[in-house]
Amino acid sequence: MTDLTQLTIADARDGLKKKEFSAVDLTDAYLGAITAANEKLNAYIVATPDKAREMAAASDERLAAGKAGALEGIPLGIKDLFATRGVHTQACSNILGGFEPRYESTVTQNLWDDGAVMLGKLNMDEFAMGSSNETSAYGPVVNPWRSTGSNADLVPGGSSGGSAAAVASWLCAGATATDTGGSIRQPAALTGTVGVKPTYGRCSRWGVVAFASSLDQAGPITRDVRDAAILLGSMASVDVKDTTSVDVPVPDYEAAVGRSVKGMRIGVPKEYRMDGMPDEIDALWQTGIDWMRDAGAEIVDISLPHTKYALPAYYIVAPAEASSNLARYDGVRYGKREGGADVQDLYENTRAAGFGGEVQRRILIGTYVLSAGYYDAYYKKAQRVRTLIKQDFETVYADGVDAILTPATPGAAFGINAMADASPIEMYLQDVFTVTVNMAGLPGMSVPAGLSADGLPLGLQLIGRPFDEETLFTLGDVIEKQAGHFSPTKWW
Amino acid sequence: MRRKAEPSGATDRGLSQQVDALSVDSDTVRRIAHLARIRLPDDRIEPMREELNAILAFVEQLDEVDVDGVEPMTSVVATKMRLRADAVTDGNIAEDVVANAPTSDDHFFMVPKVVE
Repeated sequence: MTDLTQLTIADARDGLKKKEFSAVDLTDAYLGAITAANEKLNAYIVATPDKAREMAAASDERLAAGKAGALEGIPLGIKDLFATRGVHTQACSNILGGFEPRYESTVTQNLWDDGAVMLGKLNMDEFAMGSSNETSAYGPVVNPWRSTGSNADLVPGGSSGGSAAAVASWLCAGATATDTGGSIRQPAALTGTVGVKPTYGRCSRWGVVAFASSLDQAGPITRDVRDAAILLGSMASVDVKDTTSVDVPVPDYEAAVGRSVKGMRIGVPKEYRMDGMPDEIDALWQTGIDWMRDAGAEIVDISLPHTKYALPAYYIVAPAEASSNLARYDGVRYGKREGGADVQDLYENTRAAGFGGEVQRRILIGTYVLSAGYYDAYYKKAQRVRTLIKQDFETVYADGVDAILTPATPGAAFGINAMADASPIEMYLQDVFTVTVNMAGLPGMSVPAGLSADGLPLGLQLIGRPFDEETLFTLGDVIEKQAGHFSPTKWW
Repeated sequence: MRRKAEPSGATDRGLSQQVDALSVDSDTVRRIAHLARIRLPDDRIEPMREELNAILAFVEQLDEVDVDGVEPMTSVVATKMRLRADAVTDGNIAEDVVANAPTSDDHFFMVPKVVE
C-alpha cells in the first residue's frame, strides 16, 4: 500500500469513499509518522492516539452506513490555541499549565461534526505572539525544510509554526491555525504550504484563546489549494456564541478551484516594493504577475498609500487588546498559580512566572498605550490610521480590482536563534506584508510559488475583497498549477 | 547572526538612537508592570525599558500621518448587532466552571484573605 500520509485531503476523502483503505488505517499511518518524527520536529505538544482511533472507528461506521460528512475520517492537527474538551489547551504558555477545557471551540466542533479526526495539539508561539515559534513554552518547532547542503535547524515561522511544520512533514492531512498579523500566512510561506486567513467574522472565535480580538481569525494550513478550500468550508460558520461572526452563507469553496480567471483584475501595489527587498522576492513576485497575465487576468498597478503604517499601528492595537484579554490569567480561575502573601502578590507572582518574555513585553506595551494620558496619542491614533488603511483597500476594490498580489514574506526561513540578539522590531518585520490584511479585516492566502537560492520555499500572497475567499481559491490554483508543489527532503 | 535585508527603513536607526527618540524611564516601567500585575525583578527593568523604547520609537512613525477628521475604527467589518431573546441559554455548570481552578472549595474560587 502507498504511504497514506502522502495523500491530500481530497485524495484521502476519495480513497475512503471507495473503501481503498479505512479511516483507522489512515489515522494509524499518521500516528506512526508522529511517533517517528515528533522528537526531532517538536510540531505536536501532545498527541491524542486513543481519541484519534476512537474517532476514526466512528468514521468507518459512518462511511459504511453511507453517512459520511465532508471531512469524514480525515486526520487533522489542532493548534493549541483552540479549546478542545478534556484535552490539553494551553496556548503553549506555562500560565495555562494543566488546563483542560470543559468545552469545545466552535471551529473544532464544526470539524468533528463533519467527521474529522483529531491527532493532537500543535505547537505555536506563546499566545500566538511570535513569528518563529521560538516563544513557545514547549520549545521551538523545527522546520522540515533545510537549506541546500546544510543540516542547520530552521524556524517554521509563527505563530502557527507547529501547524505549518506538521502539514509540510506529513504529520497531519491538514491543520487548524490562527492569524492575528500573519500567523497563518507567514509560516505557510516558510514551509511550502498553503495558508488562508479568512475575512474577519468568517470563522467563529468562540473557544479560541484570545490574543487581539479585533484581528484574530482562524483558518486552515494545508498541502494544496483545494485542501484549504475543503477545510475552510468546514471551519467557517455563523455562530450565536460570537457576535462578530458574520451571517453570510458559506459558499462551496472547492467549486472555486479551477474556475477561469479571464478578465479578472489583479492589483499590484507599488508600496509593497520596499527598500532593501531581496532580489529573489522581487523576482518571485514578477513571476507571479506573469502567471496571472498568462492565465488571462489583467494586471493593474495600484497604490495603497498607508501600507508602511500598518505595522506600527498594529504594534499599538494588538498589544493593547492583548493586555486586556490576558488580564484574565490571574492564577485564580485556571492554570498555574504562584503563591503570595496577599492576592496582589499572588497575581504578580503568577503572571511573572507564567508569561514568557515576549508576552510580558506586549502586555506592558499594551498597558502603557492604554494608560491614562496616552490613550488618545497611541490607541485612538492607531485606530484612525487603521481606518485609513482599510480605506486604501476600499478605494482600489471600488475601482474594480478583484484581488491583490504581493509577496507573502520578506524572505525565506531563518535559523533557530538567529534573531536572539536582535531588537524585537526585526522579528516584527516578518509580518510587514501580511499585517495590513488583518488591520483591514480582509481575506488573505499564502501560496507556495518557488524556492530561494538556498532551496527554501517562498510564498506569494493573494488579498481578496471581504467575504470573497472564492476568488483567492481560484487565483491560488493558478499559482499552484504554474509553480507546482514543493516538498522537503525527508531527514527526520 | 543577525538577519539582513529588512524591507523597512525603521531598523536603520540603532537601538540607542531609537531610545533617544522617545523614552519611558525605569520608574514608568515599574509603574506599568504594576498596573499589568507582572512582577518585574530589578535586573529585568533596564532590558525591558530598552525593548519598550525600541517599540515606542518604531510606532512613532504614525506621527507622520494626518488623521484630522478620520474616525477611529470600531469594527473592521460592517455588521449589525444581532439580538436574541432574553432567555437563559446556559448555566448550572458550577462544577465545570471551577474544574480548572488551582484551588476551589464547594464551587468557590479560593484566594488569600482579601478582607480582614
